[in-house]
Amino acid sequence: MIVAERKPMEELLQMTAPFGKILVAGCGACVTVCMAGGEKEVEVLSSLLLIERKKNGKELEARKHTVERQCEPEFIKDLDPRAEGVEMILSMACGVGVQYLAERYPKIPVYPALNTKFMGGPVQQGIWTEKCGGCGNCILSLTGGICPIARCSKSLLNGPCGGSENGKCEVDPKNIDCAWQLIFDRMKNLGKLEILAEIQPPKDWSYARDGGPRKIVREDAVL
Amino acid sequence: MNNNFEPEIIAYCCHYCAFAAADLAGTMRLEYPTSVKIIKLPCSGKVELIHLLKPFEDGADGVFVAGCLEGNCHYLRGNIRTKKRVNYVKSLLKEIGIEPERVEMFNMSSSMGPEFARVANEMTEKVRAMGPNPVKLKGEEVVK
Ligand code: SF4
Ligand code: SF4
Repeated sequence: MIVAERKPMEELLQMTAPFGKILVAGCGACVTVCMAGGEKEVEVLSSLLLIERKKNGKELEARKHTVERQCEPEFIKDLDPRAEGVEMILSMACGVGVQYLAERYPKIPVYPALNTKFMGGPVQQGIWTEKCGGCGNCILSLTGGICPIARCSKSLLNGPCGGSENGKCEVDPKNIDCAWQLIFDRMKNLGKLEILAEIQPPKDWSYARDGGPRKIVREDAVL
Repeated sequence: MNNNFEPEIIAYCCHYCAFAAADLAGTMRLEYPTSVKIIKLPCSGKVELIHLLKPFEDGADGVFVAGCLEGNCHYLRGNIRTKKRVNYVKSLLKEIGIEPERVEMFNMSSSMGPEFARVANEMTEKVRAMGPNPVKLKGEEVVK
């Protein structure tokens, strides 16, 4: 899933300051699960904006609505009646959702309430980590199901580097496990260390973002 | 700041301990401010972030949650979870320039009637010293 977190209130207060009537739009998918932009977070953010406004003797009309998913036009239609007459939309979706809203409402400014961080998942409730960098040519079969692109600080294909110590990464030994130590341990358990003995050639990054914005076309599915 | 004002305080109390303690305080004829409004919950763990914020939106001057003593929650960890939420809401209030001390968490057993009266008084005095919720103050100015 996509993992995001709310922007600091200072930034959000500044963003919303010029507007009197806004729509706070939540998303029911990834950002609900990572507790950043679902229905509950929409309630909390709207309340904070309202308290701050009232505190300064000003008024704010904050409409609230959460759609199933903001990254699909079909679902964002639900926002139409709520968007009617608002001066701005504060989207609590990931960057994808924000862009879909901006496309749908050409006359209304749409601002992001979240910082979209990474593709990953929960370690436990309340803690999320990055797992995949979307490189476009997955090599997990060679690395025991542990991604060296997203989880090795240097995205090494032939690790570990000299900074790996006691299973920790030199970039931040307190918080980051050395991905290559994890890969080694896993491959050893699988009895597949010989795969690691092969030197991997430099990765073709044209499958990733380096080849420009990507697009997938499935002719059979196109209507 | 007007120190004579009577702070409006919302107290979320769990059924098993804090509410029973509040009840006992009444039975024992202990005094605590009438402006402390009690909301009874099955467990202090029922309290969500929005429940702690909404009262401030509507002009309450302080909010506290009272749960069982740590380790004695009837739902095992409800009070520990809510303590974390209370702390998080403190940080949210700080982010928008409201005193974080306007929201607190207390723990007590059902036999601690005097303790309930004590925290109700303590919270009231603390909030009185801080003055009214600025939301209410400005609201009044707008009405004038
Ligand atoms: S190798 Fe590429 S596609 Fe596979 S998990 Fe890593 S970043 Fe994602
Ligand atoms: S210590 Fe491990 S995770 Fe860190 S950069 Fe080196 S190989 Fe990658």
